Amino acid sequence: MLENATKPKRSLRSKRVAEGQIEKVPITLKVNGTTRSVAVEPRTLLVELIRENLDLTGTHVGCDTTYCGACTVLMNGAAVKSCTVFAVQADGAELLTVEGLEKDGKLHPIQKAFGDCYGLQCGYCTPGFMMSAYQLLSENSQPNEKDIRKAIAGNTCRCTGYQNIFKAIQAAAESAKGI
Amino acid sequence: MYPRPFHYERARSLKEAATILSQLGDDAKLLAGGQSLIPLMKLRFANPKYLVDLNFVPGASYIKESKGSLCVGALTRHAEIEHSAVAAKIPIIHDCAAGIADVQVRNRGTIGGSVAEADPSGDWAVVLSTLSTTISCVGKNGKREIPLDQFIADAYTTTLEQDEIVTEVRIKLPAKRSGGAYLAFKRAAPVYPTASAAVQLTMEGDICKDASIALGCVGLVPIRPRDAEAALQGQPLNASTIARAAEAAQLAADPQPDMRGSAEYKRKLVGSLLKDAIEIAARRARGEQVAAGHIYA
Repeated sequence: MLENATKPKRSLRSKRVAEGQIEKVPITLKVNGTTRSVAVEPRTLLVELIRENLDLTGTHVGCDTTYCGACTVLMNGAAVKSCTVFAVQADGAELLTVEGLEKDGKLHPIQKAFGDCYGLQCGYCTPGFMMSAYQLLSENSQPNEKDIRKAIAGNTCRCTGYQNIFKAIQAAAESAKGI
Repeated sequence: MYPRPFHYERARSLKEAATILSQLGDDAKLLAGGQSLIPLMKLRFANPKYLVDLNFVPGASYIKESKGSLCVGALTRHAEIEHSAVAAKIPIIHDCAAGIADVQVRNRGTIGGSVAEADPSGDWAVVLSTLSTTISCVGKNGKREIPLDQFIADAYTTTLEQDEIVTEVRIKLPAKRSGGAYLAFKRAAPVYPTASAAVQLTMEGDICKDASIALGCVGLVPIRPRDAEAALQGQPLNASTIARAAEAAQLAADPQPDMRGSAEYKRKLVGSLLKDAIEIAARRARGEQVAAGHIYA
């Protein structure tokens, strides 16, 4: 038998929210190395928290349907589509957004490689591609062609082909030698 | 896009989540990886009043071998299975885990969520149908074990009670000289497959002793083409027996036309995927290392 079933019912926190009052959940997370504490409505998406509350607008909303990957950020080292995670789920997490790539005014090797290789045209999808590349290179310092293709399969670019994006990630792998 | 407002509860254990579910009734939904539920909520196709978040439950994500079975905790992400050496002991499990949607979705989506959603286009249920799989769950009345074929009742419908939660997926390790393969065709990484075929073969020399086949995206639940299995059982595997199995599978398939293709196209596709999957499974049964999984441009 389930022990909890015999215990008195747990007092549900959401039941304590008064009628007509907007429920807010306090969360604390580390964003690009800085600890931030905010109170969010449960339905707030992670990408809205990042863009609207934390004012980090480098992360873009593309399709808003878990397809295009423009909103990709790293959550505890793993690339996620931030339009498909609730902000409350990131409580206690470490986030890395595209703004966190640059160090002391110096571009990250991935950023530099995207510029050097013309790995972008309009640039809208670029932050997402760079964050997917970041997860790849943090796990695999010498990715082969298949590894790169697989790593960016969840990111869509509508301007151009993927050749220069591909070249940029190869070049970043060579110059970064592990992240 | 904003989902409708909802109340948020964070469960500290799966048992507690079951208790909360029984308290809140049908107004509550569980949030695991959220890779299907959140898009549905954003489109307002799903409008739960309460979400019970399982992501902070400790110890619900694991992959281990125990008593001849592979035991996978319900909250285990597809990516963890993809990179697990223990899970790789069953190659068809790796085929599936490594190709579900894309990296980002695999980093969030869970095996427990996938089987409990019972999406007719999902990958896990198809693959697990070819293996001896049991779903463990917990509810207010205690624990229960449900064989997978009694777990999926219909499209998006399982035999779970309202307050029951999947806790573990347990897969019996296939016999020696057994080989399996999963092939799924999709138009791009992030989308669901157009059709998929899973097969697990046990060989005795050149003779197929046992065959287990499941087809995905061509019916409301994973289709088990028994005639296709019978076409292989006790037979040598050659072009004509494999062709007979593929033909029987096409007849058993019941695809719906949609944006992914016509029914006729899907029927042909699933037959050809099965042919290739049988060949790969047979080679793997002989100990060869062969790649399989999701095929996309």
